Amino acid sequence: MATTVVPPHAAFFGAKKEIGARSSFSPSISAHRCRKHFLNKVLAVMAPAQPSRAPATTGSVKHGMTMTEKILAKSSDKSKLEPGENIWVNIDVLMTHDVCGPGTIGIFKKEFGKNAKVWDREKIVIIPDHYIFTSDERANRNVDIIRDFALEQNIKYFYDIKDLSNFKVNPDYKGVCHVALAQEGHCRPGEVLLGTDSHTCNAGAFGQFATGIGNTDAGFVMGTGKLLLKVPPTMRFVLDGEMPHYLLAKDLILQIIGEITVAGATYKSMEFVGSTVESLNMEERMTLCNMVVEAGGKNGVVPPDETTFKYLEGKTSVNYEPVYSDESAKFISEYRFDVSKLEPVVAKPHSPDNRALARECKDVKIDRVYIGSCTGGKTEDFMAAAKVFLASGKKVKVPTFLVPATQKVWIDLYSLPVPGSGGKTCSQIFEEAGCDTPASPSCGACLGGPRDTYARMNEPMVCVSTTNRNFPGRMGHKEGQIYLASPYTAAASALTGYVTDPREFLP
Amino acid sequence: MATTLSSIQAPVSTICASSQRPHCPTGTQSLLFVSKPSNYTIFAKTSYSFKPSKIRPITAPRATPSSSPPTTFHGQCYVLGDNIDTDQIIPAEHLTLVPSKPDEYKKLGSFAFSGLPTSLYPIPFIQPGTDSTQYPIIIAGANFGCGSSREHAPVALGAAGVRAVVAESYARIFFRNSVATGEVYPIELEHEGVNKQCTTGDIVTVDLERNVFINHTKGKEFVLKPIGDAGPVIDAGGIFAYARKTGMISSVV
Repeated sequence: MATTVVPPHAAFFGAKKEIGARSSFSPSISAHRCRKHFLNKVLAVMAPAQPSRAPATTGSVKHGMTMTEKILAKSSDKSKLEPGENIWVNIDVLMTHDVCGPGTIGIFKKEFGKNAKVWDREKIVIIPDHYIFTSDERANRNVDIIRDFALEQNIKYFYDIKDLSNFKVNPDYKGVCHVALAQEGHCRPGEVLLGTDSHTCNAGAFGQFATGIGNTDAGFVMGTGKLLLKVPPTMRFVLDGEMPHYLLAKDLILQIIGEITVAGATYKSMEFVGSTVESLNMEERMTLCNMVVEAGGKNGVVPPDETTFKYLEGKTSVNYEPVYSDESAKFISEYRFDVSKLEPVVAKPHSPDNRALARECKDVKIDRVYIGSCTGGKTEDFMAAAKVFLASGKKVKVPTFLVPATQKVWIDLYSLPVPGSGGKTCSQIFEEAGCDTPASPSCGACLGGPRDTYARMNEPMVCVSTTNRNFPGRMGHKEGQIYLASPYTAAASALTGYVTDPREFLP
Repeated sequence: MATTLSSIQAPVSTICASSQRPHCPTGTQSLLFVSKPSNYTIFAKTSYSFKPSKIRPITAPRATPSSSPPTTFHGQCYVLGDNIDTDQIIPAEHLTLVPSKPDEYKKLGSFAFSGLPTSLYPIPFIQPGTDSTQYPIIIAGANFGCGSSREHAPVALGAAGVRAVVAESYARIFFRNSVATGEVYPIELEHEGVNKQCTTGDIVTVDLERNVFINHTKGKEFVLKPIGDAGPVIDAGGIFAYARKTGMISSVV
C-alpha cells in the first residue's frame, strides 16, 4: 500500500483517493454524482516534511521501488533511484514505422554520419503500418525510405510490404506496430521499449517500461542504444471485482481517463493491479495500457504473471526477468475501483476524458461505426463485436468498417470459431450482419491519413469508434464527431444507428 | 529566419508597457509603437502595412549549439485554449512530409495549426497563400501538445516561424520533442488563465532572464516558471549537443 512519508527532496505526496468509498474496507463506485462527491472527500494524508538527513544517520533502510522504478534502475545499472531523477537508460528495443521512420533516419545520418551504423541491428524493429494502402506518393516513398535503410543496415526485423494491391502476398508484412510487436515476441517483462509512436505504452501490458518518443530522441537511440529519461512517479489503479459480461478493458480505461482527465497522469507511470486486471487476457491488458497516453501518462504497467508467460511461449527466445513493485514501494496516488459496479461508457467528442454512460447517449444518432486500430482492432476486439452481432441476429443500420490490426488478426477473423455460434467465424458473422468486408490491416482511419484512406471521415459525420482519440479532425474531417467506445458498444451502436449500451443485446 | 529586423537587438525593456497600437482598419494592420521619444527603440520606428509576404516576426535569432541561447522573444501572439492536441497542430494527413528534408520541412510549416476548428479560431494562424506565420509566440492554456508523439508538431511550429510557446502546462512528449529539436522554446506560466487575458495579435515579450511574460497591448505582466530540468539540454542546443557536452557520445562526426 502507499506509504505517506514525504521524502525531503521530493515534490510529490502520497495520497489515497477512495472513489465512492463508504469505508476504507469496501470501496465501491456507484453513480457518477456520488463519485464526484467522494472525490471532494479525498483522504490525503501527508506527513510533515522530514529534515534532510542521509539514510545512514537515521538508520533507515532504503524504501522499495515501484515496477517502473525497478525496470529503469536495472536498465541504467543503478541499485536504486527516485522519481524525478534524470538517468541514461539502456534500451532493449527501438521501434519505428513509416511516418516517423524517415525523419528518424534523417536525424541519425545527420548526427552520426551518413555511413554510421545503428547500435544493434537486432534491437531495432521497423514496422510500416500507418499510411500503406494509399496512392499517396509521399506515403509510398516513405516505405521505400525505411526499406532502403533496413537493407543498408541489415536490420533483422523489418516487416516489409511491396505489393500494396494485396497485403496477403507480402509474407513479411504484419500491420499495426504495437500489435505486431506483441505478436512477434518483441515485448518482454522487465525490458525497456521505446517507439516513435505515442501508443508504444501499449507494451506495458507485458510488465515492461514502454513509451513513445519523437524522431530526434529515436535518432539518438539508433546511434547509441541509450536515452536520457526522467523517472516518473507511479499512480496505482487497483481494479477489483468480477468483470461484468458487458464490459471490456476499453470501458475500464475510459472510466479511468474520465476520472483523472487528459492531463491526470502527465509525467507519471500508471500501474494497473487487482483481481480484475489479473483476470484479463493479454489483448485486454494491452487495451488498458494503450490509452495511458490519453491521460498524459508516460507509461503503463501490468505485473507479469502466468497469462503473460503463456502468451510469450514460442514467441521469443530471449531470456527475460520480470520485476514487481516492492511491498514498501511509494506511489504518488492510488485509485480503487469496484469493477462489478461499472457500466459501459463512451468518450464523447472531442476529448478522451469526456466520459459519459453509453446508455445516457442513446439519443445520439450516428452515421457510421469503425472497429479497428491498436486499441480496438485485435482478435479479442473483433470476437467481442461478433458476440454482439450474433446475439442480435440482425443487420447493422449504418456502414460498419472493420480494420484488423495485423495479418494475424485478419487470419483469425477468417478461421477462429466464435464461441456459442456453432462454429461460425467472425468474418461470417460480420457478413451476415451486413458489415463491410474486413479491410487490409493497417492503422487505417484511426488518425485520418491521406485522403484516400479506407473509412476516412471526409465529411462531417458522427462515428462510434474503438480507436483511441477523438480530438477535432482526428479521423479526417474537422467537424467530425467521434464517440470512443468498446467493441461491444460499437457493435451495439451499429445495430441501432444510435449510441447504444451493449446490454441491449448481450444476454 | 534571420531578417534585417531580427538582427537588430534593441533592449526589450525599453518598450513602454503602455504603448498603444492604432486602430487597424479591416485588411490593413500597422505595427507602430508609440512611446516617449527618450524610450524610442529601433522597433518603434518600424511600421508596415499588412502584406503577408513582408511580415517578419521580430525576435532574437534562433539558437545554434555554438552560440548562447536567446533570452528574449518578441512579437505578435496567437492565443489558444486548453488541450490543443497534435492533430490540431499538424493534421495527420500531412505526416507524409519528412521533417529532415528541407523542402518538406518548409511545407510542414505551411500547415501549422491548420487543424484548428475555424468556428473556435476564426483568425488563420497562417494567412492563405503564405507559408509562414506572423505570430512568433503562442499563448496557450493547459496540456498543450497532447496526443501523438509526432515530432512533426513542434517542427511544424518552428518551420512556420514560431519561436516560443507560453502555456499553462504541456503534454510530456510534445515538451520533450520541443526541447530535443530546439524548434520552439516550451515555456510554462506560473499561474492559470493567462491565455484568457490575451488576444490574438497582442504584442508580447517573453523575457527568459527575468522569467516574465509581458503583454504590451494589454499592459500586463505575468510570471514564468524557470525552465527547470530541460534547461541544460536547451542551453546545450538539444539532446545531441548535450550528450556530446557531457561526454555521453563522442564529438561530431
